[in-house]
Amino acid sequence: MNAWIEKQRYIIDFTISSLLRRKVKNLGLLALYTLIVFILASTMFFTYSIKKEASLILKGSPEIVVQKILAGRHDLFPVGYIDTIKQIRGVVGVESRLWGYYYDSLVGANYTLLTPPKTAAGESHAKTATVEGEAGDADSAASSKPLFELNGAKLEPGTLIIGNGIARLRKLTRDDYMPFRAFDGTIMNLRIAGTLSSQSELVSSDLMLITEDDFRKLFGIDRQHVTDVIVTVKNPSEVATVAAKIKKRLIDSRPIIRDEILRTYDSIFNWRGGMMIVVFSAAVLAFVIFAWDKASGLSAGERREIGILKAVGWETSDVILMKFWEGAIVSLSAFFGGVILAYVHVFFTGSLVFEPALKGWSSLYPNFDLTPFINAEQLTTLFFLTVVPYTVATIVPIWRAATIDPDSAMRHTGE
Amino acid sequence: MRNSTLFFYCLSAEVLVLGLLLVHASVREGAAQDSLNEKSALVKRLGLTDLCLFTEARYTRHLSQADLNTPFQDHPLSLEHFPSGSFTQPPTGVTQSR
Repeated sequence: MNAWIEKQRYIIDFTISSLLRRKVKNLGLLALYTLIVFILASTMFFTYSIKKEASLILKGSPEIVVQKILAGRHDLFPVGYIDTIKQIRGVVGVESRLWGYYYDSLVGANYTLLTPPKTAAGESHAKTATVEGEAGDADSAASSKPLFELNGAKLEPGTLIIGNGIARLRKLTRDDYMPFRAFDGTIMNLRIAGTLSSQSELVSSDLMLITEDDFRKLFGIDRQHVTDVIVTVKNPSEVATVAAKIKKRLIDSRPIIRDEILRTYDSIFNWRGGMMIVVFSAAVLAFVIFAWDKASGLSAGERREIGILKAVGWETSDVILMKFWEGAIVSLSAFFGGVILAYVHVFFTGSLVFEPALKGWSSLYPNFDLTPFINAEQLTTLFFLTVVPYTVATIVPIWRAATIDPDSAMRHTGE
Repeated sequence: MRNSTLFFYCLSAEVLVLGLLLVHASVREGAAQDSLNEKSALVKRLGLTDLCLFTEARYTRHLSQADLNTPFQDHPLSLEHFPSGSFTQPPTGVTQSR
């Protein structure tokens, strides 16, 4: 066993010396190889982590959201439709939502304005957001003001609770005032009652919580309309059936079920991963050509080296072993280097390289730290995508070169 | 020092660093549970439907709630032009008929 290990070590010693003789070429190959692994691993880590995080966070999203469609566009939902939905068997709750967008020309950012629901959905209490009180009965629902408390800050008429991204962008703190231009041109000055936690930026960076009265005053929406409604179903396995019934009874409605929301995020990040690979496929192709050229098109010098080695007593198997170690040394170094750099890039620097593409034209982008969800499957896939093909690609042409006659190999001159 | 010894030292160091990063991932995953629960509870409490990733257009801010005419948002010949639109797939409802 010791003799076998010693033999391998001598071969590795010789292989590294051989690689160092063509320093520039081999270091260039190593750098390019590491870059390719880095890009693939970064894409894989980023997409998998964000998909996993989205699935964990959005599992609490509404079971069914029902929109009204008018001329192919999302339109305001008539309150009268709610009773029709309530009559469907299996529906245990229908809650209206008021939300919309406000463009802030000062900083060129879009905010999402939302009225907190009147009832505690699922009776769950967020760590930083708790319901202070219930809002009256159904008859007085329209005029009631939902109370929403956040670290002691109550959402009252004339106040806002804002996402941390907005607070950062506009440099706003508690008790500052923020002016809004309402639909009729009047200016509404709303006081900041509190800020949503920075930990929740991935879902709340651009969010503004506002009371129902203020929302309606700002956008001029009458009390007969809401933005959309959330439907709660008694039996989770009946969600699709209830959605189909809603569609049947309200022809101009569009029910969106939770499963579709989750699948949307699953598919867009699959696509994102695919897009990144498409974008960098040119680099991958360049690397493949470079590696193939290096591996298959042996230079005259390398051919002569093989000839000499065989002339001094090396077996064909030893030459192949040497080339195996050459491939393994380069690919293992590139694999580990690339994966380590990718991890640092995605989870320590916040995907610095991808940031410009992710931000796009947004002036309001959430600051969030991705949770590193790494599993053996990702690393194994990456290993088989990078290390194995290169190592195999170097051995096959060498087998052909190693079987030639040493005399004819040495007769070639020049490099 | 022999080249092979140096190579195995380097390889061991890389494996060790990767191992430490995997331990870091596991620790961070455990520590992030509170934060994930907080975000999930906020989503449930407020009835949110989407992640706040791209705020540049309404159909990229709320991808799952986007209009069915998203690729031609402004008028029939106006193709999608936001950078994030080129990265994201159309919402599921657009490509699948119910």
